[in-house]
Amino acid sequence: MSALVIRGARHWRTGAPLDLAIADGLIVDRAPDGAPELDAKGAILAPGLVDLHVHLREPGQSAKETIATGTRAAAAGGFTAVACMPNTDPVLDSVAWIEWVLSRARAAGRCRVHPIGAVTLGQKGETLTPAHALARAGAVALSDDGRPVMSAGMMRHALEYAAQAELPIVCHEEDLTLRGEGVMHEGFTATRLGLRGIPGAAETVMVRRDVELAALTGGRVHLAHLSTAESFEALRDAKRRGLAVSGETCPHYWTLTDESVGDYDTRAKMNPPLRSAADRDATIAAIQDGTIDCFVTDHAPHTEEEKRQPFAEAPFGIVGLETALALTITFLVEPGHLSLERALELWTDAPRALFRLPAVRLEPGHPADVTLIDADAEWTIDATRFHSKGRNTPFDGWRVHGKVLATVCAGAVTHADAALAVRGALPEFAEARA
Amino acid sequence: MERATASPYPAPAGAGFFYPSTAVGGRRHLLGLERVSREAIVDLLDAARLYRERLAAGRWRSDALAQVAVCNAFFEDSTRTRCSFELAEQRLGAMHVSFGPAGTSVSKGETLLDTLRVLQSMRVEIIVVRHRSAGVPAFLAGQLDASIVNAGDGEHEHPTQGLLDLMTLGDAWQERFDGRRLAIVGDIAHSRVARSAIAGLTTLGAEVTVCGPATLLPADVEALGCEVAPTVEDALSGADGVMALRLQKERMESGLLPSLGEYAATWGLTPERIRLMKPEAVVMHPGPMNRGVEIAPEVADGARSRVFDQTANGLPVRCAVLAWCATGDAKAAA
Repeated sequence: MSALVIRGARHWRTGAPLDLAIADGLIVDRAPDGAPELDAKGAILAPGLVDLHVHLREPGQSAKETIATGTRAAAAGGFTAVACMPNTDPVLDSVAWIEWVLSRARAAGRCRVHPIGAVTLGQKGETLTPAHALARAGAVALSDDGRPVMSAGMMRHALEYAAQAELPIVCHEEDLTLRGEGVMHEGFTATRLGLRGIPGAAETVMVRRDVELAALTGGRVHLAHLSTAESFEALRDAKRRGLAVSGETCPHYWTLTDESVGDYDTRAKMNPPLRSAADRDATIAAIQDGTIDCFVTDHAPHTEEEKRQPFAEAPFGIVGLETALALTITFLVEPGHLSLERALELWTDAPRALFRLPAVRLEPGHPADVTLIDADAEWTIDATRFHSKGRNTPFDGWRVHGKVLATVCAGAVTHADAALAVRGALPEFAEARA
Repeated sequence: MERATASPYPAPAGAGFFYPSTAVGGRRHLLGLERVSREAIVDLLDAARLYRERLAAGRWRSDALAQVAVCNAFFEDSTRTRCSFELAEQRLGAMHVSFGPAGTSVSKGETLLDTLRVLQSMRVEIIVVRHRSAGVPAFLAGQLDASIVNAGDGEHEHPTQGLLDLMTLGDAWQERFDGRRLAIVGDIAHSRVARSAIAGLTTLGAEVTVCGPATLLPADVEALGCEVAPTVEDALSGADGVMALRLQKERMESGLLPSLGEYAATWGLTPERIRLMKPEAVVMHPGPMNRGVEIAPEVADGARSRVFDQTANGLPVRCAVLAWCATGDAKAAA
C-alpha cells in the first residue's frame, strides 16, 4: 500500500490551490492516515509529461543509452511516459523485441515505456512487419524513424495495413535523394563551412507525399520532428482537408537556427537539421495556431567519442529529455508565444490522445502520473549532471527557467529535486507498468 | 590570425570540448582566411615576398626553425601542396615528418584524433593537415596542443592557396586591391580554393564575381561577399583577373553536369572570352588543370597566364605561415 500526498500545489489549468492524494498508483479522494507528504509550496501540478519520440538505444546500443538511463533522464525531465523508437540493433520489428523492451522497462525503467514497432522488417523498406501482432504485444505506433520508407508504394501498403491494426505511422520525412551527402541545413552557414547541405525540401516533399497517401489510404500519418515552414504549411493543408494527419516538433527547432553550428559544433548536428531563422519563426507560428499537435524531444543520445569527430563524420542527434520543459518555458512561454497551460497540454494531454494512451486528469480514479513544476526557478543546464548517458546537447551552459521539482509515476516518486520539502519516506519507484 | 571562437550561445565553464580553442597552449593556427585580419594577411604577404627574394638568390636556407618539429599529415592525396610544405620546412631548417593517406594507422581503424595525439606526443609543434572532411583543422585546434595549419579541408578552405593567389594577384595589381575585381569560374560549391580566395580578396578590398552552372553554386553564395554573374561573359567583362576552378569528373557521375564538352563550351576560358577582361588582367588556375575543359591550352600557356607563378609563390607563402606559427613573426627566418 504505497501512498502519498502532494500538499499546497496549484492546478496547472486553473491555478487553484490543490492537494493531491495518491494511493496504489491512483489519484484518490483521501490518502490513508500517515501517508508521506510533499510540500509543493505553490508549485504547479500537471499530468506527467509524455514524449512520443525517444531513442532509448536498447537493444544493441547501450554505450549510447540504456532503458534504465534513458527513463531515469525522462523522470528527471518530468516525463512519466515515453514512446521509444525502433531503430535499435536489432530493429524492433518482431513481437519478441517489443516484449523484450517492455520487460526491460518493467525491470529497470523509471517511467512508462511504450515501444514503437518498425514499419518494415529491419527498417529496410521491403517487407511489412506484423502490425497486428506488434499492436497486441504493446506497440503504440509504427515507424521507420531514421530510415524513411522511400518507396511510395510500400508506404501506401504500410498505411493501409497499419490502419486496420489501429496504429499510426510516425513518418520520418526525408527524401534521401535530396539529402544526398548533406550534414546540415542548406544555407549560408553550410556554404561558409564548406559542408554539404540538406534542403528544407527534402523534408517537405515527403510530407506532401505522405499527406496524399493518408488521403488515399485512410491511414493515420503522424509527421515526426517537423522543421520547415513549408512542412507546417503542408500539415495545415492536410488538416483543412480533414485528413488523419498530425505533426510534432522539438524544442531545438523553436530555439536554434543553423547558425548554431558555429564552427563545426557537432552538438548542433541533428536530423532534420537546425533550419533558417524563418523556419524557426514558422515553427513558433505553427505551434501558436494549433498546426502542431504535440511536442517531442527526439532524444538521441550518442557517446562522446562519436560526437568528438569531424562534423561530417559525427552522428546526427541531440539529447532532450532533461532540457525539454525548461526550453519550453524559457523560449515559448516567457516571450509570450504560448500560455503555460497550452504549452503543458502539448507535452501531456495532446500526446496521450494522439497515441491513445490512458488519459491523466488530476481527479480521483486517474493514474497518479503527475509532475510538479516551478515555472520560475532559474537554473543552468549542465550536461555533466544529466542522468542520460548522452551529453550531446547544444544547450549546455544555458541559463533557463522552469524546473521539475518532482515526478510521480504510477504513484511512486521517480524524481525529486533536492530542495523539495518532504515529510515521511516517499514511496520509491519500484516498477511502473507500461 | 586566430579564428574568433565566440560561440553563438553562452560558453559554459569547462566547454571547449567541441570548440576550436585558441586557449589550448596559446598556439597560433591558420585554419582559414575567413576572419583573418587585413593586417595579418598583409604581414604574411610582406614576409612571403622577403622569402621569395631569398629563394631567388639561390641556395638559401635559414635555421630559424631548427628546434621546431613539423608533421605534414596528409589524409588526402596531394603533390604540389605537400611538396611545397616539405620544401618550406627544410628551407627554414625545421625537423619534419610526413605521411600520406595510404599505409597509415588510420587504415588500421585508429581515429583521426588518436593518430594526431600520437604525433603530438612525439613533440610535434606544428601539424600541417589535409583532410577530406571540412572543419578538421578547427576540430584539431580545439583538441591538440599544437599549431594547426590547414592544407585543405574538404570543401571548406585552403588558406595557403588563398595566400599564394593573393600574392600572385598583388604582383599583377601592383599591390593595389581596392577597386579590383576577380572572376571565379566553375565549381564554386565544392571548392575550398574559391572560399579562401573570396575571404582573402574581400578582406583586402577587392571584389569577387563568381559564376558557374547552377548545380555547382552553393546556397546563399552571395552572403560570402561576392556577386553572382549569370554567364561567364558577364563575369569576365571588365574584370582584373579570372580564376578557373578544376572540374572534377565525379560531378558528371553524381548528375550535376551533363558532359565535359557542354561545360567547356559554356564555361571554359577561351581566348575570345579572356579578351572581355581588362587588357592587363591575368588568368589563374589552382591546378591540376584539365586542359580543354575549364581552360583552353592557349589560355593556360598564354601571356596572361600566371598559373606557374602561383605554384612558385606557394613556397615563400608557406615559409611565412610556418615562421608565423612557430614564432609569431612571419619574417622570423628572412
